[in-house]
Amino acid sequence: MLTLNCPYCGQDKDETELGYGGQAHLKRFGPGSNDQDFEDYLFNRVNPKGVHFERWRCASGCGKWFHAARCTASMEVFGTYSAQTFEPPKHITDAITKKRPGWAWGAFS
Amino acid sequence: MKRYSAFAIAREAFRQHKGWDRAWASPEPKKDYEVVIIGAGGHGLATAYYLGKNFGITNVAIIEKGWLGGGNTGRNTTIIRSNYLQDPSAAIYEKARSLYETLSQDLNYNIMFSPRGVLMLAQTEHEVRGYKRTAQANSLQGVTTEFIGPQQVKKICPIMNIDGPRYPVLGGLWQARGGTARHDAVAWGYARACSDMGMHILQKTEVTGVTQDGGTVTGVDTTRGHIGCKKLGIVVAGHSGVVADMAGFRLPIESVPLQALVSEPIKPCMDIVVMANTVHGYMSQSDKGEMVIGGGTDSFNGYHQRGSFHHLEETVRALIETFPMIARLKMLRHWGGIVDVTGDRSPILSKTPLGNCFINSGWGTGGFKAIPGSGWGFAELMAKGHSPLTAEFGLDRFREGRFIDESVAAGVAH
Repeated sequence: MLTLNCPYCGQDKDETELGYGGQAHLKRFGPGSNDQDFEDYLFNRVNPKGVHFERWRCASGCGKWFHAARCTASMEVFGTYSAQTFEPPKHITDAITKKRPGWAWGAFS
Repeated sequence: MKRYSAFAIAREAFRQHKGWDRAWASPEPKKDYEVVIIGAGGHGLATAYYLGKNFGITNVAIIEKGWLGGGNTGRNTTIIRSNYLQDPSAAIYEKARSLYETLSQDLNYNIMFSPRGVLMLAQTEHEVRGYKRTAQANSLQGVTTEFIGPQQVKKICPIMNIDGPRYPVLGGLWQARGGTARHDAVAWGYARACSDMGMHILQKTEVTGVTQDGGTVTGVDTTRGHIGCKKLGIVVAGHSGVVADMAGFRLPIESVPLQALVSEPIKPCMDIVVMANTVHGYMSQSDKGEMVIGGGTDSFNGYHQRGSFHHLEETVRALIETFPMIARLKMLRHWGGIVDVTGDRSPILSKTPLGNCFINSGWGTGGFKAIPGSGWGFAELMAKGHSPLTAEFGLDRFREGRFIDESVAAGVAH
């Protein structure tokens, strides 16, 4: 069972206590943007086999949204971090680089 | 290809069965093919078969990283039905179901199609209304289904407890011509027929890159060297996102594990397929006597072919209320397959941003039943550039808001 540590309340929660929110770090496009950007924002996803950044909610805990870095092939969790950011913090990317040298995900690597 | 027949069995019986050929060849790859299809599962092989049969295109290679039919084709619960709400879905699934009826004769390979009937249980008032609506839609689409009451459900499936306090059976959507087939045999039968037409099935050959020249595909890099092609078909189910990434475009698809399990074999007790969408489980009995149970998908992306254990617990817990007699069965095996789920839970059979590259994906949790129809339509799309069966399933439907919303219509299991 997948266990994530909520960076807000500090508790380890298993997947039945969490809500999944899909791909993290999406840039929001709304009215006035072009069709391609809007389609990418709404529907198109990276869906990688390997390193992935995701949104999770501490649904039966503190209720806050947070981010997690995880490997979709091995289920390994690299770390969780605040949702109040546009990019993964350095200690997370360092932890990933240590285990998956040469990783890349969207604009991050 | 030597035809399989009762006469052939008798003939081989007289010579110690030494005259059987291998069902399909394992050739060395050529430098170029007219069409390359990535993925030798049911959909990929069916596409190749109908390219040859309907359009005379036989200079085809089907590339498979593992073994033939070893992905979702060998991991599903083998249910065949076509009782969908939306017209485009009903059309392609009904085409598939009708092709399944004569597929054994067509391929000269026994796929063990068993039109035993599929029953989708209505266990809430909402489901009753939903399935009555589906039955009406199906009669307009020419798909034979009917809504039946609880007493008739009990008559068709006596082992069911229809008075469960938590999940009472209020009726069901009954498709008498739905059923099951032997999933491996579907892949093997198509492979044998493709090989017989001179197509190359390249197993243990993993695609590592898609080579391009000015917006068109020139071929694929594989673990056995570069293979050139004039047209490329991507039919890789759960790994669609990975291959699309190699080709340089993104898809409205996320991959999640879907689980199934089988019990120890028991004597025949259930001769239909039952699906219960409220409790998110479906069950049938295989010819060996195992109860085959399908469960739910994980909520989060994953490529590990296992899935979360608590989904099994939820599925089985709910099913034993409706089927009390299975409560003390031991479960033999459990596994997961990686399914490619789209936003509207309908497949994508489409051209791509690369001119001569086509994609057949997004079948999500219900691809097996569609194999012949999907191959039929996708072959036409690849050969002619358009097909009435696949017209509504283009990638552009997301941008244009023309969803084929089966996530509402099909509930969850589908």
